[in-house]
Parts: sequence; structure tokens; C-alpha cells
Amino acid sequence: MFEAVAFYLFAFLTIAMFFIVVTTSQALYALTALAAGMIFISAFFFILGADFLGAVQIIVYTGAVMALYAFGMMFFDTTREVKEKQGNKYIIVGLSTLAAILVVVIFAAPMMSENIVALYPAIDGVGNTQAVGLVLFTKYLIPFELAAIMLLVAMVAGIVLAGKKMDLSITLMHEAEIEEEKNKKVLS
Amino acid sequence: MEIGLNHYLVLSTILFAIGLVGVMRRKNLLLLFFATEILLNAVNVAFAAISHYYGDLTGQMFAFFVIAIAASEVAVGLGLLIVWYKRNGSIDLDALTTMKG
Amino acid sequence: MEKYLYIALFAPLVSSLFSSLFTATPKKLFTGIMASLLIFTSLVSSTILLMYILKGGEPIHVTMMTWMATGDLYIPFGFVVDQISVTMMMVVTLVSTVVHVYAIGYMDHDKGFNRFFAWLSAFVFSMMILVMSDNYAGLFIGWEGVGLCSWGLIGFWFHKESATWAANEAFIMNRIADLGMLIGLFLIYWNTGTLQYDGAFAAFHQLPTDTLTWIGVFLFIGAMGKSAQFPLHTWLADAMEGPTPVSALIHAATMVTAGVYLVIRSHELYSLIPHVGLFIASLGTFVALFAASMALVNRDMKRVIAYSTLSQLGYMFAAAGLGAYWVALFHLMAHAGFKALLFLGAGNVMHSMHDELDPFKMGGLKKVMKGTWIMMVVGSLALAGVIPFAGFFSKDTILEAAYSGNHMVIYGVLLFTAGLTAFYSFRLVALIFHGEERYKLFGIHPHEAYRFMLWAMSPLLLVAIGAGILQTPFFDMVEEALNAHEYHIAHGTALIMLVGTQMFVGLAILYAYKKYANSRVTVPDGTSKMENSFAYKLLINQYYIPYAYEEYLVKPYRELSEVFWQKVDLKIVDATVDGIAGIIYSTGEKTRVMQSGNLSTMLKWMVAGLVGLLSLAVIFGLAARYSDEILTFLSALGV
Repeated sequence: MFEAVAFYLFAFLTIAMFFIVVTTSQALYALTALAAGMIFISAFFFILGADFLGAVQIIVYTGAVMALYAFGMMFFDTTREVKEKQGNKYIIVGLSTLAAILVVVIFAAPMMSENIVALYPAIDGVGNTQAVGLVLFTKYLIPFELAAIMLLVAMVAGIVLAGKKMDLSITLMHEAEIEEEKNKKVLS
Repeated sequence: MEIGLNHYLVLSTILFAIGLVGVMRRKNLLLLFFATEILLNAVNVAFAAISHYYGDLTGQMFAFFVIAIAASEVAVGLGLLIVWYKRNGSIDLDALTTMKG
Repeated sequence: MEKYLYIALFAPLVSSLFSSLFTATPKKLFTGIMASLLIFTSLVSSTILLMYILKGGEPIHVTMMTWMATGDLYIPFGFVVDQISVTMMMVVTLVSTVVHVYAIGYMDHDKGFNRFFAWLSAFVFSMMILVMSDNYAGLFIGWEGVGLCSWGLIGFWFHKESATWAANEAFIMNRIADLGMLIGLFLIYWNTGTLQYDGAFAAFHQLPTDTLTWIGVFLFIGAMGKSAQFPLHTWLADAMEGPTPVSALIHAATMVTAGVYLVIRSHELYSLIPHVGLFIASLGTFVALFAASMALVNRDMKRVIAYSTLSQLGYMFAAAGLGAYWVALFHLMAHAGFKALLFLGAGNVMHSMHDELDPFKMGGLKKVMKGTWIMMVVGSLALAGVIPFAGFFSKDTILEAAYSGNHMVIYGVLLFTAGLTAFYSFRLVALIFHGEERYKLFGIHPHEAYRFMLWAMSPLLLVAIGAGILQTPFFDMVEEALNAHEYHIAHGTALIMLVGTQMFVGLAILYAYKKYANSRVTVPDGTSKMENSFAYKLLINQYYIPYAYEEYLVKPYRELSEVFWQKVDLKIVDATVDGIAGIIYSTGEKTRVMQSGNLSTMLKWMVAGLVGLLSLAVIFGLAARYSDEILTFLSALGV
């Protein structure tokens, strides 16, 4: 009973938050709503017993990703209302709904036939975090390390991209312009 | 009333549909990124739910990696976005038509 | 010995490749000399091989490499030197050496000097493949190779419309016949499972006569094309458009005898089906007479010789068809010698007369061209079968074979043709070398050919004079391979036949001299009584056969093609292809707007694509799940 109440409550909240994200014209509202939605999503993870995943969700998404977005938004003019030219709304809604229905159908089909066997069954007697750790550092060690390298690369890329002078494209500039840029640097 | 896997899947699908609406509707690149986050999260919910109901940790693993990918995507994407904004002064999608055929 | 086999086979190829390096450059004398030397090397190797075989050596059989091996099909590049092929190799290399040396002089002023040697040597190589191969597939390669080289050499002066036309005619006629040959090869492979001579011949004994008949008939169709037998004979006379050395080498001595060689090579097949053999003999006899009759009146020197070639090929087929394979091969050999001699002599005459071909415009050339005159007379004597020249031995043996086989009609016709042969060959000699010097009317100053050209021809002269003494050694050599036997006719009868034949031939020669060597011969202008007679018109127009082909085959075919072009090709094939292109083009035009470059639109399309793929997944999933029901439903609908 408690589970049902929690599910419906959080389902409602998540949907509402995300709905705000895609409809609002205020970038700041969207950001806030997205952060709230992420936290509500983590609630589902806790309900489902995936404690570690829930924690990661909060830390990575709400902590890191949202912070990144917040910093990113500082570069842009966020107070201004976002003006967007809209196309045919029916197409957008229709396509989304259709996709949703189809996905449900596809997911429902194998569920009904009940022929899925667990590859790495949850281990009894240990907590979720420990179980996750066991699987992650045995079967998924290489993907895990790859993910770590990917994050490192992404971090470096983010720093470099947002760094100085990245708004200039040397390949598109003439020799004279490049010289000019160099001189500017010396002067400053 | 018992909450089954299908509930979660329907929820995931609804979230995914919302994300799709956002992807198609948004013209502001930053807000478009938000929509993609929604898509990723919707899938994560489905993964976690399946993992739970089938007693298999693989789903959680996938969700885990999805989060990692999302984080790196944001890092690189935002960097690009900033560069673009510096150069063009706009992050509106309709202004990005250099690939016109 | 294998070494000599490979030298004999590949020296011409090296020669061809070497000469072809210089095809685009101006005349270089050394290409001709180099080519001649290499062909001579081949001749020497062939001679060594001949000596080896003559001494009773085992036939040499080598497998150079595998050509095809798939499943049960195994075709190697294998070569065999046995009594039959060594004879052919000798003929080919001897005549081609002579012709190569001769051509250095003959093609002296030609722009395509180097190209000529490239083609000529390539031809020799193909011919060597043809005669040396140990299986039908290799023979077929050589067969097509000589066809190609013949095409290139007939059309050597490609700026001449008539030359290209003749080249194409020869090529197309040969393709028609090659189809028959291919069917024959397929039949052999289908029924025996091999194309190797030994394997196929061994398997023939177990096959029903019907199958063998078909194989024999189809192979002979191929032979008919190559050897220009009726009704595929028209190309040979037109092939005289090519340079004269080519006519001597290809269209007299070697390539056209490939058909005879095929029949001789397949003698184990044809001896199993004597009825097909009889047909071949009858056709050969018919062609012998038919071609000789056309040669009687023709006013083109080279064509007369070409018709006589045709006629002699008829003799060879008559002999081969009657089972006298060794006689056919012997006549082939002797004929190659004296016919090449005649052609080269004609080439000398042509050269000195500035490419004039009408013997009526010559006359009295004996004074200027003594050497050529002797050669031509000897060649003609050999051709006519006068004792003791080469043609006598071979032709007389053919007549004996026909007589002893009790084929009196064939014997009679061949005997009569021998008289015609004597008449037309000496008609030519008389018109060219004797009588009034009519060429003076046309302001031509004839001159003798280069001395080395005459020297080059001398081996052929020797063959024409003395090939007869080779008959016994030749018989001993091929006796076993060709299952040959002597023809024994009662001594008295033989003597009567010999004297009778010689007298008949002699009379024909005398008549020719009487009619054409006097001073009353003038250039015909179409007014004399003879020229307006029906028989003359029939013969000069080659029995109207080229005309009939043109009228009843070529023209209807052209009209049919026109119809198909207009109706089928343009309206159906082209329209379909254009339609497909049009659909694709208009699709591209229409979908081009999708590429607006707007990311938002692209995302929409992406989602649309996702929906499409998902729908497909659902549809196929449902179809797979309910396949039984769908099948029952469909069967209820009667599908």
C-alpha cells in the first residue's frame, strides 16, 4: 500500500516537473524543474531497492550535472524569456504519443511471455551497494574503466572547449589575422 | 494495489514521450539538452524497474553507465555550446542551418 | 624434350609481346628481324621434336598448370606433342617463319610494320596452342585466338572500309560456327565428364551412337566455320582484303586447316560414326567442285587462289570423312607448302603491279620476274597434282582412298575437280606471266621483289617440289597414331588411273595455256559472248550466295533489329531504365526539402523514423507471434 502511494505520488511529481521542463519559456524554471525531477526519479530507485543507483542519481545528476548546467547558464542571458518559433504541435504530440504506445507494446510483449532469465541474479544476504560493487568490478570491470576514461576525456574536452580563445578558429583565419591575435596576446 | 513492472514501464514511457516532445519542440539548445536528460532518465527508470522485478543486476549496471554517459555528454555539450555562443551570440536552433542541402 | 616444347610454344608469344611494345612507333626493322628469329627458334624446336618423334620417341605430354578445377571439372593447361601435333607444329612454324621473313620485305613501306609483326606472332602463338593442347578447352582457346588474330590481320588496313567489313564478316561467320563447336564441347563434357583427349576418346566407346553423332555433327560445324566450308565459305574469299603474307599464312596454310586438324584429332570419334564421316566427305567433295568452279572465272588473283584453297580444303575433308585421316593430314601439309608459295608469289606480283589484282591487266611478267615465275609455276604444278610435285602424292592418295572405298561419285567428282584445278591455276599463270604485256596499257613498271624475299620462299619451293618423298616416312610416323593403312589397288588399275589422271591434268593445263597465253587475250570489258552467258554470270557472282545472304539474311535481320530497337529497346527497355532513374531523381528532388539544415526539423524526422522502426518491430513481432493464425487465415482465403 505504502509502495503504491509512493509510486503514484512520485510519478505524478516527476511527470509534472518534466512537463514544466519541456513547456516553460523561462530557462531558470526549466533548470529548477529538471533538478527537482531528477531527485524524484531517484525516489523510484529507492523504492525499487536500487539504493546505490539512487544515491548516484542524486549525486551525479542533481549535484554535478545540474551544477554544470547552472554554471553554463551563467554564460547565457537567462533572465530573458526564451522565444521559440513553434511548428505544428499536433505532429510533435502525435509522434511522441505514438512512440510511447509502441514502446509500451514492445516492452509488454516479452513481459507477458515471462521467459526472461536473470543473468546476474541479485545476491541474497548482501546489501544493494555491495551487490552492485561485486558485479561492477567483476563482470563489468572493463566497461567501468572505459567509462572512467570517457569521463576523463569529457572533462578535459569541457575545460578546453570553454577555455580562452576557443571562439576563434585558426583554420578559418588568414595569416594576418592570426598574427594580429598573437600581438594582442603579447600586449595584454 | 500491487505496483507491478508494467506500472514502471508505463511511467518510463510517459517520461520518454515527454522527453520526445521536448526534443522536437525546443529550439533553444540549452533547453534541448534538458530534454535529452529527460530521455535518459526515463530509460534509467525502466532499467531499474526491470532489474528489480527480474532480480538481475544488469539493468542497474546499464543505468549506471547511462548516468556516466550523461555526465560526459553534458560536459562536452556545454563546452561546445559555450564556444558556439561566443562565436555566434545565439544558441537558437533555427540559426543553425549551415547543413542546408 | 619438354624444354623444346615450351620453347616452340612460347617463342611466338615472346615475339608478339616484343613487337607489340613498338606498335605505336614508326617502322623499326629490328622488330621484324627479332620476330622472325624468335619464330625461327620455334621452328628449330619443332624440328627437334619432330626428329625425336620420328625416331620413335614416346609422345610428350606435359601439364603446365591447372586452369580450372571446380568440382568434377578439371581443365589443365596441358600440351601434347605426338605424331599429329608435331606435323602441325612443323607446318605452322615453317610457313610462319617464311612468312615472317617475307613480310619484312613485303611490309617494307607500311606504317603499321611493327603492329603487323605483333599480330602475326600472336597468331602463331594461338595456332601453336590450338595444335599442341591436350584437351578440347585448350584447343578452343587457340581456336578463338586464331580467330581474333585473323580478324586483326584481315582488317589490318583498317582505314579501308572493305577491309574492316571483311574482318567483321570473317569474325562473325566464325562465331556462328563456334557456337556449334561450343555445343559440341558441352556435349562431350556432359557425356564423358572430361575434355581431355585421352579421357574423352576412351569414354566415346561406351556412348550410344546418337550422342556420338550429335557430338560429331556439332564439332564439325565448328570445323566448317574455321575451314570455310559451305555454307559458311563466303568469308574466306573476302578475307583476301588482308595483306598477302596474312593470306598465305592464315588463310591458306594454317588457320583454315584448323578445321581439318580438329576432325583428324577427333578421328577416334569420327571412326565410330562413319555415317557422319560420309557426310563430311560428301560436303568436302561438293565444296571442292563448287569452289573450283568459282575459281575458273574469277578476275581477282588472290581470290582465285583463295577459292583453290577452299577447294583443297574440300579435298582434305573428303579424305578425312572417308577415314583416310593420314592422307588428309598429308595433303594438309603438302598444301600448306605450295599454297603459301603461291600466295607469296602472288604477293610479289601484286607488289610489282602496285596492288593490281586483275590478272587480265598483267601478262608477260615472266621477263621481269623470273624468280617469281618459277615459284608460281612450281606452286601451280604442285597444286594441279602433276607428277612428281607434292600435290600429286597427296591428291592421288585421296583419289585412291575414294576409289578403294568404292565411293565412285566422290572419286569422279574429285577427279573432275583435279582437272578444273589444273585449268584455273594455269589460267592464272598464263594470264600473269605469259602473253602480251598488257600492263603497259596501264603505265605500270613492274619490278622483281627483294632478293631475300625470294630466298625466304625457297623452303616452300622445296616442300612443293619434294614433299612427295616424305610420304613413306610420314606414313610410318602416323601409322599407329591415326590407325592408317595403305590403299591397295590392283596394279593395272592403279597404272591406268595414274596415267589417266596425269593426262587429264596435262590436257587441262595445255588448254589453259592455249586459251590464255596467246596474244589475243584482252582485258574483258563485259561485251564478249562468254561474259554474258548464264554460267559465267553465275560463277563470277559466286552462285549469288553472298547476294542471297545479304538479301535474305542480313536485310531481314536488320529490319527485325530496327523493329526491336524502335519498339522493344526504346519503348520498353529504355523507358524502364529511364523511369527508374526518373523515380529516383524526383524522389531526390522531393525529399531535398527535408535537408533544410535545421536541426529541429531533423530531430523531428529522427523521431518519425523511430516511430516507423518501432511500428515495423511491432508488426513483425505480431506477425511472428500469430504466424499460425495468419497462415490459416490466408489459406482460408485461398492464397
